[in-house]
Amino acid sequence: MDILVCVKRVPMVGGKVIVTADGQDVDTRMSGFTVSPHEECAVEEAVQITERSGGSVTVLTLGPPAAADQLREMLALGAHRGVLLETDGREWGPVATAAAIAWAVGELGPTPFPLMLFGNEAADTGGYQVGVRVAHALGRPCVTGIKRLELADDTLRAGREYRGAQEEFEVTLPAVVSVKEGINLPRYPSLPGRLRAKRAEITVLRPQWQAEGLRKVGLRVPVSSTQRAQVLGQGRDAVPELVRVLGEIGVLPSAARSRVGAGGDGAAA
Amino acid sequence: MSGLVLCLLERDGDGAAAGSLRALGLARSLAGADGRLSAVVFGPQPEAAAGGGLLAEVAAAGASELCVVSADGLSGYAPLAWARALSQLVAGEQAVAVVAAASDRGGEVLAHLGALAGLPVAANCISVSATGAGSWQLVRQRWAGSVLEDAELEASCALLSVATDALPADEAAADPVAAGAVAVRAFVPALEDADLQVCATESAEQSAGVSLATARVVVGGGRGVGGPEGFAALEELAGLLGGVVGVSRVVTSQGWRPHRQQVGQTGTKISPELYLACGISGAIQHMAGCLTAKHIVVVNTDPDAPIISRAEYAVIGDLNEVIPALVTAIKEAGGTGG
Repeated sequence: MDILVCVKRVPMVGGKVIVTADGQDVDTRMSGFTVSPHEECAVEEAVQITERSGGSVTVLTLGPPAAADQLREMLALGAHRGVLLETDGREWGPVATAAAIAWAVGELGPTPFPLMLFGNEAADTGGYQVGVRVAHALGRPCVTGIKRLELADDTLRAGREYRGAQEEFEVTLPAVVSVKEGINLPRYPSLPGRLRAKRAEITVLRPQWQAEGLRKVGLRVPVSSTQRAQVLGQGRDAVPELVRVLGEIGVLPSAARSRVGAGGDGAAA
Repeated sequence: MSGLVLCLLERDGDGAAAGSLRALGLARSLAGADGRLSAVVFGPQPEAAAGGGLLAEVAAAGASELCVVSADGLSGYAPLAWARALSQLVAGEQAVAVVAAASDRGGEVLAHLGALAGLPVAANCISVSATGAGSWQLVRQRWAGSVLEDAELEASCALLSVATDALPADEAAADPVAAGAVAVRAFVPALEDADLQVCATESAEQSAGVSLATARVVVGGGRGVGGPEGFAALEELAGLLGGVVGVSRVVTSQGWRPHRQQVGQTGTKISPELYLACGISGAIQHMAGCLTAKHIVVVNTDPDAPIISRAEYAVIGDLNEVIPALVTAIKEAGGTGG
């Protein structure tokens, strides 16, 4: 089966996120880029399917020329072909992105990609809609938030969690599925995989940008997120203080709570 | 702003899900003093839906109408059918906004509605206000809440999902409507077979034990735990405190613990009374999963770990020494029996 997986290049953010001076982007001068985690799992799922039953994995992204790096990362994991929908670097909204992907599927030739995989939402913009919009544009059924996928001929069974219970869907291919991290454990790239990815040719298409109804004015980091913890102590010497704090918060088992409460002052001194 | 605002309600037992009630609060403020607010639930039994706690909750949130949707063949959750029904309600009554919780279902239904109606969708909003006819300004979460986006929305109908862990929006004092004043209305959408092609079957099987999402205490373990065997002490502590263990992404990507225990942007969002985070550095993707934890206490060897600046209390030290000593101290204080 020929599978199309759509991924997004996002900043690799660690312990702190900084917004650029003009408030328009996340500052990436000190960070690299990666693929949204849900999408890395989508690529792994597609590679596993083709390893079991043949076919190919085409990985597609929309972004600046440098987004080819993320395509190569995914080729190193076992995808066969990379497609870059090249932009001039400005941010594309979900409506424009979905339209570009639907257009590109037509441009890529007669292959209908019976299965198209997306991540449930992008790590950065978190719009939760590109996969669904592509499904509508192509007239295909769509399931989202998927953490379990089984294929039998042209029937797809997909599962997800809903409020602690399992929810099952069954659809007939061709279909669009957006997956969540946890569906599998993505592999690390192999050395031969990396070498193949380095040499692989990437198809470049240039879609048309379009304005949309939701427009970013600016980004900011919520103010409440910087304080400094009160240090209770070092190592195991801090345990009496820690017990006192847990008692104050009210999470100690009742018997322990009364004992600590009675001797609390002494223990804290 | 005046005009009809629709709010999709997901059910939780006899009442509405917490995230849906939050969405209803935002929808109320959006409808304004002279606007109508209709809470929309999906059948199958209109009479049953209108009873129970749901009607009282809808009234308390200031809705003027409870719209119960049912149709032949629509027995469970069918995302496209739900969106089709909402699109017919929007078109039929010139609704100015549709609001839903940013839950798996709420977000999915709004995405379908956006595609059906050719409208933009603003996901994970924390506040929204009208600036004119067909225009709004809003604040929405990016990076699962680690970054906020100020945005403008122009659309004939605003489609908005409300972040489930956002602090309550500045609610324009919702005047509770007396329960009798909420009109209950049945709506039967015109559905095609294709709308019902994707339909969920839900297994009755619930996961056993305390769930990570609703636990009162979460004992977190990260890279500092050192390996799969290190989690025994954290499990023991969680057991003593009546809580569960949660882990960081590095722990699941190493295969030390299953993904269902992962706290964070791509795992579970938690909201406990206490989050005791051990050996976790505090990447923003992890912290996005515990934005609404009441108290965060940290055990970490590194006094400069990012998580220290997000916590209330910290113990600087090796969790593999501190946690067993804490377990012993709680047991000695008589906490073994819980």
